[in-house]
Amino acid sequence: MRPLRPLFVFAVLFCAVSIGGPLRASDAEDIPKLFDPKVTTLENGLEVVVLEDHRAPVVTHMVWYRVGAADEQPLKSGIAHFLEHLMFKGTKNLEPGEFSAIVAENGGQENAFTSQDYTAYYQNVSVDKLPLFMEMEADRMNNLVLTDDIVAPELKVVLEERSQRTDNNPAALFGEQFAATQFLAHPYGTPVIGWRHEIENLTTQDALDWYNTYYTPNNAILIVAGDVKAEEVFALAEKYYGPIPARDIPERERVQEPPQLAKRTIEMSDKRVREPSWRQSYLAPSGRSEDQANLRALEVLSQILGGGVTSRIYGNLVVDQKIATNAGAYYNSGSYDNSTFVVYGNPTADHSLADVEAAVQAIIQDVIENGVTEKELNRAKQKLLADAIYARDSIRGAANIFGGALASGETIESIVNWPQHISEVTAEQVQDAAREVFDERQSVVGRLTPEDVKS
Amino acid sequence: MQQAFRAFAAPLIFALVVLVSLPAKAVEIQKIQSPGGIKAWLVEEPSIPIVSMNVAWRGGASLDPVDKAGLAYLASSTMDEGSGDYDSKAFQETLSDLAIQLGFDASKDSFSGSLKTLSENTEEAFRLFGLAVTDPRFDNEPVERIRGQIMSSLNRKLSDPGSLAGRAWFELAFGDHPYSLPSEGTLESIAAVTREDLVTFAETRLGKDNMVIGVVGDISATELGPLLDKTFGALPDKAGVSIVPQTVPLQEAAIKIIPQEIPQSVVVFGGQGLKRDDPDYYAAYVLNYILGGGSFQSRLTEEIREKRGLVYSVYTYLYPMKSAGLQMGGFGTSNATVKTALELVETELERIRAEGVTEEELAAAKTYLNGSFPLSLSSNDRIADILVAMQFSNLPAEYLNDRPQLINAVTQEDIKRVAQKLLDPDKLIVVVAGKPENLEASGAGAQKN
Repeated sequence: MRPLRPLFVFAVLFCAVSIGGPLRASDAEDIPKLFDPKVTTLENGLEVVVLEDHRAPVVTHMVWYRVGAADEQPLKSGIAHFLEHLMFKGTKNLEPGEFSAIVAENGGQENAFTSQDYTAYYQNVSVDKLPLFMEMEADRMNNLVLTDDIVAPELKVVLEERSQRTDNNPAALFGEQFAATQFLAHPYGTPVIGWRHEIENLTTQDALDWYNTYYTPNNAILIVAGDVKAEEVFALAEKYYGPIPARDIPERERVQEPPQLAKRTIEMSDKRVREPSWRQSYLAPSGRSEDQANLRALEVLSQILGGGVTSRIYGNLVVDQKIATNAGAYYNSGSYDNSTFVVYGNPTADHSLADVEAAVQAIIQDVIENGVTEKELNRAKQKLLADAIYARDSIRGAANIFGGALASGETIESIVNWPQHISEVTAEQVQDAAREVFDERQSVVGRLTPEDVKS
Repeated sequence: MQQAFRAFAAPLIFALVVLVSLPAKAVEIQKIQSPGGIKAWLVEEPSIPIVSMNVAWRGGASLDPVDKAGLAYLASSTMDEGSGDYDSKAFQETLSDLAIQLGFDASKDSFSGSLKTLSENTEEAFRLFGLAVTDPRFDNEPVERIRGQIMSSLNRKLSDPGSLAGRAWFELAFGDHPYSLPSEGTLESIAAVTREDLVTFAETRLGKDNMVIGVVGDISATELGPLLDKTFGALPDKAGVSIVPQTVPLQEAAIKIIPQEIPQSVVVFGGQGLKRDDPDYYAAYVLNYILGGGSFQSRLTEEIREKRGLVYSVYTYLYPMKSAGLQMGGFGTSNATVKTALELVETELERIRAEGVTEEELAAAKTYLNGSFPLSLSSNDRIADILVAMQFSNLPAEYLNDRPQLINAVTQEDIKRVAQKLLDPDKLIVVVAGKPENLEASGAGAQKN
């Protein structure tokens, strides 16, 4: 085994969390650590994150590439996702399908997924199999082999996947149209799976070009979570991934949105739609924003407005006024570029989409003008902090949190300090965040209706 | 109350502690009985300050009156909407303030509840859970609100091809038996449920005698025992729960088509399976893995997806119910290729019946099914699920130890024999939602259209 020479190792200890109400910790010793990642970077640039959890003799092994659908070139939509499928099709050392067969024969469960910002591969497996799976994942990081006769049926599989996820489902089709309206220029307006007419024309060479450009250790993050010791994982990573040479990768520069100056409205009617729905989406900052406090305030705001049955929007529209059967809000800062803050609702039979929109807008105006109450603030913070503790029950979930955030350009510090930063959010920050994000001119309204219903 | 309770709590009985050995680790199931006689299985996990409890009561949606199908489901959706002195809002706000997760669900054979709390709020969380199951209010406001949500969802499902195909399959397979009805009910039947029905449901269907409990997390047996009595003590000793009549799915081939204007047809297929207590269960389990249960490794995936690219997903699974057993499967494929894909399914059924499986397939299936099992014991939530599922299926705590041997004992002959019983293409019930080309409805599916 080659000697381990990590360039950078640190263990982030969880900092003090101070929160109001029943969760209040009396002193610092009572405060539980959330995640305690151990991190190193190999000489070839592979970032390695280890999350130790010794409850069960299992491990999650993931490789995240910092490349996703939003990095695709024009006319090639869907290639990031298509390559994800093709990564199971064999290497210089393994026959097509052999990778998955070996995973299964060793009691492993595996899959992969693609987003706008990343592509990730994982295996969940008994901990003694980790070296084998590292060897195989490292192999396909460097030795993928693709031929037309292997690629052709998989293209059909992806088209069937598109039918299943999107074309069969009017709400999903509307979602695509909505995103395309939200983003005039930025590639987030193109669906991850790709437009059908472009998927149909993807070739073996397109896939190989994509692989050769982006699949390199200096563009990847290795996450190992489970019943392992960090030093041992670092040594294994060095052994299996260390020999893969780094390659130059293109700068991650995407077309950025021009300023949005006009509210956009998009409507779709379809006879397969049986219940009308409304949503409004506002451009919002992403996880790379320098103003991290504002991101946390937006997360608290979305919890206050739309987090569950005690939230303002649900309480007002669904419980009190009976305008909507369901309603809420969500915001996810976890994207590389612009994110969105979304409010939504489905009207009851006695009410219209316009009623829902008016009621939600009244709540938004109230928050802008009068802010939120301390009670709302504390309840939201407690919920988010409890979620952070509940998250510790799933080591796979923890691996996903780190992989997704790091691949989207966030830092380890911002992840591990998330609960503390949430606990520090003030009512004033929430109100300021609301004033900033709820700019009508930077929003898109969507109405999806049955064919015979007028909005 | 606290004082009196403590005096009462002392004689906690430990029936058995079962150590289950997994590679290098053990899951220790404690079978406990509270002072008041309530039994539960407990796995202590003090490393995270969380407590999870799952509870299931035997007898689920299949016991609903036919004209009130969805009763159990509506009860499950409204049981956390106010109880005792708490109206809906007060109850939900109390949960929310303590970040307690509490909910209920109904399936064909069971009514279930789940609770998750930070361990510092365990007492209060159990108290609220107990209030919900022993003294639910079913106030008009939340019941009508939730009924509206369920009806909106049911209406939406009327154009959802997967839901349409699934519902039609059970109607076709089970005729007049309660298993033919969807657990959520229909627009008509859910509208017919009254508040009195809900009250009667809570009083008669949730008893101590038909309840199983699994608890995992930062709590000891001595702490849990008294809590069980506080939480469930007020439940009736006996629930008025019976079991629905034993039945079998339709024993003849049928193809039903539900016309839908969609590019990809959704296909549900299936037929005779077996129940969980059948001696052949493990053989069927291994057989199913090889046929269509293993994600990338199954014969159906190889033939239909990998070789031909006709589907994104094709799968099979065993669906053992209390009064019937099913072997189910499904896929989605373009309207033009439904017939081809269905023929490939039938070919594979015939092949596995005629030839059985190879020694290599059997060995690979066993190493997967045994090797991957520890993955399902890797979080408190999953362990709580398994504790309840095991008790619900009358499995002993030792099952976790015995499982590898039960699977390893399956032979090629066992699989071939079981395949004769389960996978008869001449008795395959098929429902297609979509616009399949060159495919015609037939058998009972043609008559009932």
